[in-house]
Amino acid sequence: MPLRAKVASSVSRTAAALSRAAGRGDGSVIGGWIGLKIDPDLLAHLSAGRAIALISGTNGKTTTTRLTAAAVGVLGRVATNSFGANMPTGHTSALAKAGSTPYAVLEVDEHYLAQVLEATEPHVVALLNLSRDQLDRAKEVAMMAQLWRAALVRHTEVRVVANADDPMVVWAATPPPNHDHRISPPHVTWFSAGQRWHDDSWVCPECGSTIERNGEQWWCTGCPLRRPEPHWTVEDDGVVDPTGAWHKVTLSLPGKVNLGNAATALAVAAEFGVRPVDAVLKLGSVTSVAGRYAQVDRDGRNIRLLLAKNPASWLEAFDMADEAPTLLSINARDPDGLDTSWLFDVDFSPLRGRQVLITGDRAFDLAVRLDVNGVPFQHVRTFDEAVRGVPPGRLEVIANYTAFQDIRAELDRVN
Amino acid sequence: MSTESLRIVWIYPDLLSTYGDRGNMLILARRAQQRGLPVEVLEVRSDQRVPASADIYLIGGGEDGPQALGAQRLLADGGLHRAVAQGSVVFGVCAGYQLLGTSFFAKGTRCTGLELLDLSSDRGPTRAVGELAGDVDPRLGIPALSGFENHGGRTHLGPGVAPLARVTAGVGNDGATEGAWRGKLLGTYSHGPALARNPALADLLLRWATGVHQLPPLDDTWSDRLRAERRASVAAAARP
Repeated sequence: MPLRAKVASSVSRTAAALSRAAGRGDGSVIGGWIGLKIDPDLLAHLSAGRAIALISGTNGKTTTTRLTAAAVGVLGRVATNSFGANMPTGHTSALAKAGSTPYAVLEVDEHYLAQVLEATEPHVVALLNLSRDQLDRAKEVAMMAQLWRAALVRHTEVRVVANADDPMVVWAATPPPNHDHRISPPHVTWFSAGQRWHDDSWVCPECGSTIERNGEQWWCTGCPLRRPEPHWTVEDDGVVDPTGAWHKVTLSLPGKVNLGNAATALAVAAEFGVRPVDAVLKLGSVTSVAGRYAQVDRDGRNIRLLLAKNPASWLEAFDMADEAPTLLSINARDPDGLDTSWLFDVDFSPLRGRQVLITGDRAFDLAVRLDVNGVPFQHVRTFDEAVRGVPPGRLEVIANYTAFQDIRAELDRVN
Repeated sequence: MSTESLRIVWIYPDLLSTYGDRGNMLILARRAQQRGLPVEVLEVRSDQRVPASADIYLIGGGEDGPQALGAQRLLADGGLHRAVAQGSVVFGVCAGYQLLGTSFFAKGTRCTGLELLDLSSDRGPTRAVGELAGDVDPRLGIPALSGFENHGGRTHLGPGVAPLARVTAGVGNDGATEGAWRGKLLGTYSHGPALARNPALADLLLRWATGVHQLPPLDDTWSDRLRAERRASVAAAARP
């Protein structure tokens, strides 16, 4: 590593440690930010010599990154940005902090995938899903798929692991019709992790025709785009690998969604040569992910934290949550997106019959939504008021990004 | 009303539904039902015919491609034009507002609109993203508009329409006026579930559709609190 990169890397680690010691944060961003100021190519320098997997998509990337890091851990030490700091500063911090490791598994914000592909030259890229998220500033879904596609065409050596159930992902992972046929496109391994949210993929990104669905199958009515046959699938409480062998998966994380994430992790790990039979044993060790799914006992209440950032992930959270009193908390600060319109894309009716409490900066937006949805609720000003307002036992907390961080801070930054 | 029940058609949710647009349909249906009005809602996909016999038509926001495609299909279909000729109510939001006009810009080209409102849209120098507020045309008799906008368009009103509101925060059509209306047709840049923050606007559409001049009041505690909270937030942002 060049001297400048060594200095940058060392300063980065120190800054991260200081940030943590000062109680200012996880230190997962500030270190990388300072390091990149000293050496703008620091991420490339830190990536050299490592076999890297990038995990990107709208939802599930933090959890899938943790599961993948656990699975690849079968082979040796793995550097990873496990706090969900998923932009180049976070990647730089994570690699600097980990020191020299043979492997790295990095969660990548979908907007930064092209840039991080360029800097890290990964062995494999996993594409999970694309749906509407933070629309006041995020690129619209079709535009994001286009950016992914353009980036992958420039990196034909990378191996792609992609979700066969999401038409936008399949299109992004498929080279365009005018692709130079002398250059073989990236090799794609398809997995099926399901797609609960269909509302961003009714229109074919290739030709604009309607996409039809029947069960798990989908196809464009105007061009050849259709669901590829997946190599990895979820069956019952396990995962079927490309040879047809079924592996039981025992997770400490709730919901069918996480079984899909586990299938993805096994598929990515297999690209490094990890046998699924070895990897499945590691997946149960992931119990919570940067506070997500964490359980905290307070005043006789068992509080479980679920993060839901956009319509697709709310549907998933309802699937994971128990039939128990539920606190919903909504903010609309910068990291959340300033627009709360998406609340009307979520059907909250699964919560009918549960005691529902609401809080957060934008609780009134949620109140109007629940009112229209016919879901009775009670507004509380503070997290403590919510805890006191429910009987002893399980309290499910579902919150969007900064609301989640606020509650996590109340619970002493639980991981 | 055309039949015993109020018929609401949501036009092309497969193309024009980017920002919680479903909310407007849900809100209108609920507010009608709370007044004891039976409601039928119909979602018409872009490969289906638009029935001409409904009372209220909703057109939502969308990306450039779907907007252009939506306009083409609505022009070819003709159902919405027949409905308007019969006096139906149309509520267009964002891309759905633009395409009610004579022309709009999508993917860098000028597209022909439905020519139902005397207005045309082109591209502004910057994207308008943020809170949108304005004082509504006094002839409509409803309180200030509150919303969130996210669009790159600028809309020029012709003499055949009146602005929906005078802008007090945000951009709207051009920084001065926001939205437009004529007869029972109304469009706004307040995107997505615009009626969530503007229950009086929802009731205006219901009054137009039913011909009832006064609807029984509803408990709007939560939307009133939301409006007050948004008003305070906009005022705080405007302070130096």
